[in-house]
Amino acid sequence: MSLLEVEGLRVRLPTTRGLVTVVDGVDYAVEHGEVFGVAGESGSGKTMSMLSLLGLLPDGAVVEGSVRFGEHDLLRMPRRRLREVAGRELAMVFQDPLTSLHPMLSIGRQLTEHVRLHLGLGRRDAERHALASLTDVRIPDPASALRAFPHQFSGGMRQRIAIAIALACRPKLLIADEPTTALDVTVQAGILRLLDRLRRENDLSVVLITHDLGVMSAIADRVSIFYAGKVVEAGSCEAVLSTPRHPYTRALLDALPHPEGLQDKPLVAIAGAPPSPGAIPSGCSFHPRCAYAQESCLHHVPPLVAMGDRLLACPIDPLVER
Amino acid sequence: MTTAAVVVRRRLLPSGGFARFVLRRLVALVFLSLGITFVAFVLTELVPSNAVATNLGEQAAGDPAAVAAFKHHYGLDKPFPVRYAIYLDHLVHGDLGQSTLTHGPVTHDLAQFIPATGELALYSILFASIVGIGFGVIAALRRNRPTDHVLRVASLAGISMPTFWIALVALYVGFFRLGWFPGAERLDPGTNPPPSITGMYTIDALLAGNWGLFVQALHHLILPALVLAAFNVSLLTRFTRSAVLEVIGNDYVRAARAKGLPERTVVLRYIVRGALPSVVTVLGLVFANVLTGAVLVEKIFSWPGIGQYAFQAAVNVDVPAIAGVSLFVAVVYITVNFVVDILYGLIDPRIRIT
Ligand SMILES: Nc1ncnc2c1ncn2[C@@H]1O[C@H](COP(=O)(O)OP(=O)(O)OP(=O)(O)O)[C@@H](O)[C@H]1O
Ligand SMILES: [Mg+2]
Repeated sequence: MSLLEVEGLRVRLPTTRGLVTVVDGVDYAVEHGEVFGVAGESGSGKTMSMLSLLGLLPDGAVVEGSVRFGEHDLLRMPRRRLREVAGRELAMVFQDPLTSLHPMLSIGRQLTEHVRLHLGLGRRDAERHALASLTDVRIPDPASALRAFPHQFSGGMRQRIAIAIALACRPKLLIADEPTTALDVTVQAGILRLLDRLRRENDLSVVLITHDLGVMSAIADRVSIFYAGKVVEAGSCEAVLSTPRHPYTRALLDALPHPEGLQDKPLVAIAGAPPSPGAIPSGCSFHPRCAYAQESCLHHVPPLVAMGDRLLACPIDPLVER
Repeated sequence: MTTAAVVVRRRLLPSGGFARFVLRRLVALVFLSLGITFVAFVLTELVPSNAVATNLGEQAAGDPAAVAAFKHHYGLDKPFPVRYAIYLDHLVHGDLGQSTLTHGPVTHDLAQFIPATGELALYSILFASIVGIGFGVIAALRRNRPTDHVLRVASLAGISMPTFWIALVALYVGFFRLGWFPGAERLDPGTNPPPSITGMYTIDALLAGNWGLFVQALHHLILPALVLAAFNVSLLTRFTRSAVLEVIGNDYVRAARAKGLPERTVVLRYIVRGALPSVVTVLGLVFANVLTGAVLVEKIFSWPGIGQYAFQAAVNVDVPAIAGVSLFVAVVYITVNFVVDILYGLIDPRIRIT
């Protein structure tokens, strides 16, 4: 049984123009101990689909579908109980480490408060626990780090601390929302290696959100490609990224500076801009930007169906190697 | 230990950094105070009044010996820098000159009137802070819901209505029509004030264990204190609301919720704490507002405080009294600013370092 099963997830957010659909019927499952990658352009609904699992959507948001996490049905739980369960077993690391730590609370406070709450540890034990957590993510001099404040650390160190906080209660699933986007490349690699090691050591599943396919191919086991609130292609990381079959996945890969094995190909930006929620094109939402679009793409919403080694939402399948 | 380690140790020690932070602010405070005494001194020098005549009275001013003694005492026969030095010397000995109106030493007058204003300001500021910050937080948490709309309209009204008008309406309704509150003075006529310790009647009454007197003093305080607070409640509500709204969308608030902390902890520890620096800035403003508002409110409620004293001094060109009040007000202002600075440092560790 998978650890996390998401079915028909639909998220609508309130705007001045009424409710707008930002996640439109998403299915995926995360297995025990794997790294599950989610990729897609900015605004494709990656973050919102994750926040809905934790009950952290903005006020007035409407969520439909079902989310099973272990034995819990996350969307049908009272808000209070969801906080408790999610707080202990489901952790999240946010995109920008500069804003995800409270600037006025000490690292020690931010690293122990939920541990004391969820694991019922006393102050001393929680502090010992926090020291171990900081050592785990390789923070030098953890004892003084506990008394320090976020501004005294670099971005990379802060992200390590954020990861330590997220993992302090030994969750089963870690959602990492673009954990390295705000960091420079050398630091990125360190954070990714850290995530990978922690996953192996702690029997942890990771959902890794990123729009960097290079990062994705380095550590993900399986991936889902999001476009305008829908999954357009999903499968093993290797299959999807080495032989993409959805024109959008292909375009994303072509937009990468130097993906492995493709150094000789020219760099291509994806034509046009992603549609804004509330103004999603009819039929296949990618058709205005798609080089292979046909008449039928304008009228029929392509379902996500099994095609050989993957799931694909493109009935034309122009890239398949026949 | 290597130098790098020393630097790290130093930056990680909040207490040492904080002591130095306070010390630096204190040094600045001393220079500011000196500057202010200078301005107050120049003020007394500039006002074209016959200091000898006003201070000694017409009769003594005719007596050369008295005039010479007076001039010598205040150094009026000396050059400017020496006069300033003498002024400072008198100042540290608590001598601000004689009030031409009360014919008593200005320091004595100040000591008598300041506690009355202090008491009024204390209750007014306490009320404004608690209610204003509370309303602001509630409005932000309930943004765009009915509670928020009601609070927004109320605070807009509180900001737009002039204090003198609120005072008159409060006096008319609370005293004249309903008769719920006394309309003037600090105590009922004929009541003896409690033995003076702080000069604030409510506190002195409590210290003397006189519960009835405490209630009476409080009863007299309520109306003027509320009137003085009205504008500031509105100001704090509006500023706190927007400060909280700015914090509320932050990732660190989301992260706190993701950690499964109870909502109460998220609001108090994460949201309100994050909004505090902006709120403290406004609190400094509130202090200033209360001081200026006191002149008006004291006049309308016949409150024998520093505001009334300043008013009388001004209309009677009582220069030593004006200078004394100015000095007092300036000292209050810089002290408030100093306290606000220190509060910033206490609240926000990022400020201590820079
Ligand atoms: N509070 C909100 N109210 C209404 N719409 C919102 C709100 N927050 C985000 N959106 C919209 O929802 C859509 C999905 O946003 P989401 O943050 O999930 O995108 P994302 O895939 O995570 O993008 P990125 O890579 O930039 O983080 C976006 O088009 C965004 O404009
Ligand atoms: Mg995002």
